[in-house]
Amino acid sequence: MGAQIRVYRERIKSVGSIKKITRAMELVAASRVTKARQYVAESTPYALALTRAVSAVATFSDVDHPLTTERPDVKRAGVVIMTSDRGLAGAYSVSAIKESAELIAKLKSEGKEVVPYLVGRKAVSYYKFRKREYAADWTGFTDRPTFDAAREIGERVTGDFIAGSEEGGVDELHVVFTRFKSMVTQEPTVVRLLPLEVVEGTEAPAPDEVLPLYEFEPNASEVLDALLPKYVTSRLFNALLQSAASELAARQRAMKSATDNAEELIKTYTRLANQARQAEITQEISEIVGGASALADAK
Amino acid sequence: MSELHVELVAADRKVWEGDAAKVSARSVDGDLGILPGHTPLLGVLVTGDIRIDTTGGQRQSVTIDSGFLSVDHDRVTVVAETVDTSSFSG
Repeated sequence: MGAQIRVYRERIKSVGSIKKITRAMELVAASRVTKARQYVAESTPYALALTRAVSAVATFSDVDHPLTTERPDVKRAGVVIMTSDRGLAGAYSVSAIKESAELIAKLKSEGKEVVPYLVGRKAVSYYKFRKREYAADWTGFTDRPTFDAAREIGERVTGDFIAGSEEGGVDELHVVFTRFKSMVTQEPTVVRLLPLEVVEGTEAPAPDEVLPLYEFEPNASEVLDALLPKYVTSRLFNALLQSAASELAARQRAMKSATDNAEELIKTYTRLANQARQAEITQEISEIVGGASALADAK
Repeated sequence: MSELHVELVAADRKVWEGDAAKVSARSVDGDLGILPGHTPLLGVLVTGDIRIDTTGGQRQSVTIDSGFLSVDHDRVTVVAETVDTSSFSG
């Protein structure tokens, strides 16, 4: 009986220290999610200026650009999958991977070959464990993405897109990321990034805004040449930032429920320990009473 | 209007916003000076300095990598991926 109490006490102690860890992680995630949302907001002026400029060029010139041209026969489709580097974020990475699996299945049913590009260690280990092929991976920055990371991804995917399927590249490119809608809702989202549809998107300027007749320096097609890769990068950067905010929000929620569960467990074990202690006392009393009456009978 | 409203935007933040009398930058075709009343322009910039003469009479200077510049109705937007603000005051 005494051993039973000790087992319960040990469990209470270990759950208590786990609770401390999850509580700390919850608080850290909560403070970082605020910052992550701020980064999303801070990157908006750039995205806005870029979108405005791109739509200005698109409106006032009829230049065709390889990045905006639909290809008639799509053989290979690239999919960028954005997940987290670390776990303990609930279903965050899993739901992004699930969303991508659906997309991949759909693309395959259309007869396209799928080329995955992975962001985050979780996606990489998912693919490695299943011994699946992937084109490239980027890891180590998912909870605080830098613009350089976005640029690196952007350069790779636009390069592959321009190369086309004949030269081992892709004919279209999709991005799977987790859109940060609010602290409680984050939504795995699929966006087709390439070929570009400029007018579409949340950052597009208001329709009542009249764009002035721009002069282009050096000329419209060269301006477009310079702008479109930046636009791709900016879209990727925004997706990375939103994913980071979603990851932290998911982690905060997961850690909060872990802390709550730990509290629940401690309560249960405390009850059980009390019960065991009480049972021990009761048994001791009955042993003493039994012993005393046995002595009295012997006389 | 006799002054320019300038926004200097980097990929991850808005660096500076304010009024200026003159902005000069380096475009692919050479140096470019913007004064109030400039015709709408969209130009590609190369690595170099952006100099902003503020209405207060100060001269600000920042170094950018590639980017672009748009001018319309005395609103100047300088957009660059990275902006080096080490020589920037204020």
